[in-house]
Amino acid sequence: MAGTLTEVILERRLGRAPERGEIAIVEVDHVYLHDGTLPLALRVLEEAGVPSRPRDPGRVTVFIDHAAPAPSLAAARVHKRVREWARRNGVRLYDAGYGISHQVMVEDAIARPGMVIVGADSHTVTLGAVGALATGVGSTDAALAMVTGKTWLRVPEVLEVRLEGTLPNGTTSKDLALHLASLVGRDGAIYMSMEFTGPGLAGLGVEDRMTVSNMSVEMGAKAAIFPSDEVTRAYYNSLGVEVEELAPKPGAEYDDEASINLSSLEPMISEPPEPSRARPARELEGVEVDQVFLGSCTNGRASDYRMAARILKGRRVKTRCIAVPASRRVYNTLLREGVIQVLSDAGCTIAHGTCGPCIGAHLGLLADEEVAVSTSNRNFPGRMGSPTARIYLASPYTAAAAAATGVITDPRSLL
Amino acid sequence: MRVSGYAFKLGDSISTDDIIAGRYLYITDPGELASHIFENRPKIRSRIQRARRPIVIVAGRGFGYGSSREHAPLALKAFGVKAIVAESFHRIFYRNSINNGLLAVEAPGILGIVEEGEPITIDLDRGVVEASRGAIRVSGMPGYVKSILEAGGLREMLRRLAGGRSP
Repeated sequence: MAGTLTEVILERRLGRAPERGEIAIVEVDHVYLHDGTLPLALRVLEEAGVPSRPRDPGRVTVFIDHAAPAPSLAAARVHKRVREWARRNGVRLYDAGYGISHQVMVEDAIARPGMVIVGADSHTVTLGAVGALATGVGSTDAALAMVTGKTWLRVPEVLEVRLEGTLPNGTTSKDLALHLASLVGRDGAIYMSMEFTGPGLAGLGVEDRMTVSNMSVEMGAKAAIFPSDEVTRAYYNSLGVEVEELAPKPGAEYDDEASINLSSLEPMISEPPEPSRARPARELEGVEVDQVFLGSCTNGRASDYRMAARILKGRRVKTRCIAVPASRRVYNTLLREGVIQVLSDAGCTIAHGTCGPCIGAHLGLLADEEVAVSTSNRNFPGRMGSPTARIYLASPYTAAAAAATGVITDPRSLL
Repeated sequence: MRVSGYAFKLGDSISTDDIIAGRYLYITDPGELASHIFENRPKIRSRIQRARRPIVIVAGRGFGYGSSREHAPLALKAFGVKAIVAESFHRIFYRNSINNGLLAVEAPGILGIVEEGEPITIDLDRGVVEASRGAIRVSGMPGYVKSILEAGGLREMLRRLAGGRSP
């Protein structure tokens, strides 16, 4: 009797209790791909002589989000191919500008608690925030899942992350994610599923949880699952959708555990070249910054820009500042609330619905030796442009504080 | 299954961004991808361009960190990498590698027994990696994973699927 969330979800699929370490072949509820990974999946199927028509087109979604709208002729051609394939096969397509896949999967309620989802993108783990067993795969695995409706996975060991307390002012779930990355390490959760428990959950909204689940892959995790609780149900209710509660069984057995008191956290920054190199932002104050990026599947949601606006209201940015809300829905919410006006008045450049800056594809690449503070998830060499540029990862508060002052700054001094 | 080549040593946490930059995501031709290998890590790039082929990458912990881009194992394979032996792998890269018939084996302690450039052999049936200073045991590979590899990768299994046979 193990009873972790991962096992509860898999047990329903298999009709029996899964064993840790076994290779299970499971039916998937949904498969999604994007303009960066679908073309390769189609190439694989074509080379294998397998028709690319999904077994159930209703369980497949495709996004044009990685460089959108097309910044180059090569991208435009790929996008055209993606559109044509989706139309021909009756697959739902979210075209350029609609939003980043992981964000849309949640806010359009495609992902729901208890689902098994594979996405051809490593940040598919984001959907664990709503109680889905969601994991990233490559194009070939996604292609196979698409045409057979199934995938194989090794039933993972589980790392319990127990949360207590509440986040102090100026400190966010991004700071929790960066702290966790420094605790677990860059490969500390390889093959494992992370599951979040404890009284601290009540204070973390779905958007906050998405940030944490999102970054679990930077620790190697296969999935990072939150229970479906009152917070989850309230979120889906706001979308007009009823979802079930989902909790681990009483006495669930975990393979490893970490415990974090949210009340003791403070603004964090991860130094290049790895997300796990997190330290308090105050220790890095004064580092000069050329560009700030507010966005990505990690921190491109409405709550993130409200935080940035709290800092930037009435101030002028002293760096280049690029704000890319993760979806049109987020953008429209911010427009209605006046947040876009605040960001624009402060001097930010605003777009929406692309992964561009985070992956160095378009919309603000970094030149040699430039320094960026980014709310995204990876600070590897060359990630946002030149291999010699330096990327510091931080929360929207901390990133906005760097934009307002031109140097790394503990945001609490500006709140 | 036996694979031999010349050792090319790398450290910990080699990411898929290191192997192939995100700006090349729209390329699907393996040969073209191979021409952009390790551009984000210029020192590794110049070293691997001079390396003797076929190459067996011998790396530390967490090889294949980060993005799910399958372009990474495709680029390595097209460049002349026959296998990767590492202390550990990030799981998406590991799957992608096996799916494309690029041998990936976990062998904790491997960096300590291999010299740069020396011949090295992976013998999957005996479960060992052999180099001049000795041999090291490979971590167990699940039977299902081995069957994918022996079929020549998941692509081959897909081909069987197309032929109406069970994958």
